[in-house]
Amino acid sequence: MKVTKDLVAASATPMVLGILAEADSYGYAILKRINDLSGGELDWTEGLLYPLLHRLERLGHVESRWQSVAGERRRKYYRITDTGLAELADQRRQWDTVVGALTEIWRDTRPLTVFPLGGNA
Amino acid sequence: MTEPTHDLEAQFAQWRQYVERRRELGPADADELEDHLRGSVDELVAAGLHDDEAFLVAVKRMGSLDDLSREFAREHSERLWKQLVLTGGTPSPAAGVRSRRDLLAMGICAVGAAASIKVPELFGKHIAHDGAFYGPNVGLLALVWLAGFLAWRRQATTAVIGVLAALFALGAVAANAYPLDENSQSVVLTAIHLPIALWFAVGLAYIADDLRSPRRRMDFVRFTGEWFIYYVLIALGGGVLIAFTVGTFNAIGISPETFVSEWLVPCGAAGAVVVAAWLVEAKQSVVENLAPVLTRLFTPLFAGVMVAFLVAFVVTNDGIDIERDTLILFDLLLVVVLALLLYSVSARDPLAPPGLFDKLQLALVLGALAIDVLVLVEITGRITEFGNTPNKAAALGENVILLANLAWSTWLMVRLVRRQTTFATLERWQTTYLPVYAIWAWLVVLVFPPLFSYL
Repeated sequence: MKVTKDLVAASATPMVLGILAEADSYGYAILKRINDLSGGELDWTEGLLYPLLHRLERLGHVESRWQSVAGERRRKYYRITDTGLAELADQRRQWDTVVGALTEIWRDTRPLTVFPLGGNA
Repeated sequence: MTEPTHDLEAQFAQWRQYVERRRELGPADADELEDHLRGSVDELVAAGLHDDEAFLVAVKRMGSLDDLSREFAREHSERLWKQLVLTGGTPSPAAGVRSRRDLLAMGICAVGAAASIKVPELFGKHIAHDGAFYGPNVGLLALVWLAGFLAWRRQATTAVIGVLAALFALGAVAANAYPLDENSQSVVLTAIHLPIALWFAVGLAYIADDLRSPRRRMDFVRFTGEWFIYYVLIALGGGVLIAFTVGTFNAIGISPETFVSEWLVPCGAAGAVVVAAWLVEAKQSVVENLAPVLTRLFTPLFAGVMVAFLVAFVVTNDGIDIERDTLILFDLLLVVVLALLLYSVSARDPLAPPGLFDKLQLALVLGALAIDVLVLVEITGRITEFGNTPNKAAALGENVILLANLAWSTWLMVRLVRRQTTFATLERWQTTYLPVYAIWAWLVVLVFPPLFSYL
């Protein structure tokens, strides 16, 4: 299923912050987790993830360090900061509002059928 | 985790090279992306692919390097403005040590240049009164430190250092041995031509690590252009600094005029000679050369002006009124045209075929050539009148030298535009002609004063 770019971009920050709030992680593992969480539907590119991580680091929401876990290569691990946790909470509130409104709308309409759409989706 | 094979490592190294060439991606980013790639490859190998298949798939999944760079550029836009990192922040500790040593050497030479401007005061020469001493010598005092800095940077051999010392000693003799009066023409000529002659000695120090190569000579030409532009910029900044110093100190009742005119300006000007050179050396390929950019801008403008002048000349049919001053004006015109030609030569891709800009340049040099021929025709009848003082003789001689260069360059440009010759011949002609300027400058400094009886 194709997810529009805008939706992927809007959900990018809360997704990454949420994953890092679970545990410290690194780029490749974050991508894998997103893939698992969405059942393979969301397929982020490196061009989306790494600049996002760098921006979050610049804003102070995450911090990074290079370390080598036992038996692994030396890699860059990211850790969420307190400001990042605050930002995550704020994003959650926003998404809860939007998702709540959408759930209300969809509950009241008829079950999902395919409408022949005349105009733009 | 299995150990990667030798071939796989080679592929990673090659991929790494491509990534590092991108300026949007810093070395830390390259490390991160490499780790990501290795993770991908490991997983694919664990799923059963061969090493090279896994590498291909992983690289394909990572996406094109262009797209990746573009995304990184959006985040790290400051990387697109080539930032000149002069000290610190260098990628390797060895480079950091080298740049700190450079900075120290530059500091010593700049302070030395500034100090040596004031040293003659110990012997009773004062900058305001002894113009006859300071005029010829100020270039010598500043440039010797520049030559020393460059010779140290290039780790010149003792032979080269010996030649440099001899040249500067000769310059010192030429500046001081002749009994020149402060108001004489010769002292002004020496003051102008000795720095030019010594600049070529600085050039010797510049090419000290590769004496024979014509490429190094062209590098020195590029260095000269950039050095001049940086010096002008520093001078403008210094002018603003002086304006503020004078203004603010005057406001509290202290008059800084003596300090400014006797310390700040001379020492600053001398020190800036070395600082500008260090900046040009430090920037290397990080910052685009400014001189060719200015050349691209001004070549069409100058070509237009000269064509307009020729048209006006033909229309008015009055002849050119040549006095000594107008001859100097036309000399300067030739200098500008040849500088425009030289600096566009310095930046042009030698393999590119002739294009519109080359044709514009041909118009420029043809226009200048026509104007100069007209000028010389005008004064042929008055040649003897133009040879009897040092200024007139120097102006005439320079005109002839520049005309010779311009004429042959025009011929080569015509052949270049008609695709009968390569660009390399033009470049070679310009670099081979450089010693002629040096010889002429030394001639004016050494031979003219006694020849014209110290007029």
